[in-house]
Amino acid sequence: MIEVTDLHKSFGDTEILKGITTTFDKGKTNLIIGQSGSGKTVFLKCLLGLFEYEQGSIAYDGKIFSKLSDAQKRDLRAEIGMVFQGSALFDSMTIAQNVMFPLKMFTKQSKSEMEDRVDFVLKRVNLADAHNKMPSEASGGMQKRVAIARAIVNNPKYLFCDEPNSGLDPKTSMVIDNLIQEITDEYQIITVINSHDMNSVMEIGEKIVFLKNGYKEWEGSKDTIFKTDNKSVTDFVYSSNLFKKVRRMYIEEHQ
Amino acid sequence: MKTLILKDIDDLIIGSLGIVAFISFFVGGVITIQTALNIDNPLIPPSLVGFATRQSVILEFAPTFTSIIIAGKVGSFITSSIGTMRVTEQIDALEVMGINSLNYLIFPKTVALLLYPFVIAIGMFLGILGGMAACVFGGFSSLEDFIIGIQTDFTPFHVTYAFIKTFVFAFVLATIPSFYGYYMKGGALEVGKASTTSFVWTSVVIILLNYLLTQMLLS
Repeated sequence: MIEVTDLHKSFGDTEILKGITTTFDKGKTNLIIGQSGSGKTVFLKCLLGLFEYEQGSIAYDGKIFSKLSDAQKRDLRAEIGMVFQGSALFDSMTIAQNVMFPLKMFTKQSKSEMEDRVDFVLKRVNLADAHNKMPSEASGGMQKRVAIARAIVNNPKYLFCDEPNSGLDPKTSMVIDNLIQEITDEYQIITVINSHDMNSVMEIGEKIVFLKNGYKEWEGSKDTIFKTDNKSVTDFVYSSNLFKKVRRMYIEEHQ
Repeated sequence: MKTLILKDIDDLIIGSLGIVAFISFFVGGVITIQTALNIDNPLIPPSLVGFATRQSVILEFAPTFTSIIIAGKVGSFITSSIGTMRVTEQIDALEVMGINSLNYLIFPKTVALLLYPFVIAIGMFLGILGGMAACVFGGFSSLEDFIIGIQTDFTPFHVTYAFIKTFVFAFVLATIPSFYGYYMKGGALEVGKASTTSFVWTSVVIILLNYLLTQMLLS
């Protein structure tokens, strides 16, 4: 479990995160949602240890990140997989080399063991024939799948995804969402997804944390989000006519 | 790390040989022609052309002006490649994996540029060869006179001085562009701006250090 307690983060005089407290559970897809500028990315980067925070704590299975030594932080980071918004694949490496990179950095496996593992994860994300392609030769959806493969190749305990569906068509978005949910369930990892894709919220949001102006405004799940009367959440989630209709139908069905 | 160093040697050193060879050969030729055309006093020996070419190439052209050209080629490459990694979150990806990105990206480039003096040695040789070709084929003096000129009053310390400068410039060429690439913020436009700024500052630092080193080592 990841436990976040009273997290505060500022840039200069501007306070971005204003005391966020929440937990992210094992084997669940946890979504952080909110409008642009609500502090989602800053929150995610604090969780990843890319930003230092002024107050509060983040504990990974009881280990408080800020109290770890550099070596312990390195060990913890070896257990973290991250899928960046733009995939962040290394341009100079082939897809197979990109996926193999964490294994080279963190394990002492032989070359054949690493190749077997890369074959396995690339098959897992349905990219069995893409080993020798360069990232620039892959489509947006393929790049996202390679990023997922790279994130899970070292059997992480924690998987973070920043806007995994941005720039993808609805069908590919669904493929990526399902893939992330399957992997979370299969490997029983803690997955935290930063998203403002409402389809993802409805499909895979086993836990949803809604941020507004740096505060945690609401938390729940894809089921409770239909029933909530929190105006900020309903204004954000049901801003389109389609989702308003979906919500109306859901409420009518469950009355 | 070994693979990265070899890749950077290929990109930064081997990849610069062509441009350095081309420029050195022809600029060496131009130095010779300019020197020869400006000597019209019959009391000045014709071997002076070779002497002046050697001194110009070894003392200044090869170490300093080639370094400024390389600041444009290698420096821009380093800034834009690291800057693009910053913009596309590749550096964040390294950090999340627990890799010291500064060390991972900049150390191999610094090591690769330790071979930079070999590029300058080739530049020196080709500069003088270009001068010799221009001198002989342009009919400015004979091959014998040119060779006498390049052997006259040869001071080995001048070569040492040139290589000391080259080592210092190699460090500048690795670090300043890396700094501008690593710490840049923004998008594609800022990558271009960072490349330009890094070229300007690398050139300024090279010129200033050239002055200081010349003052310290030769005066």
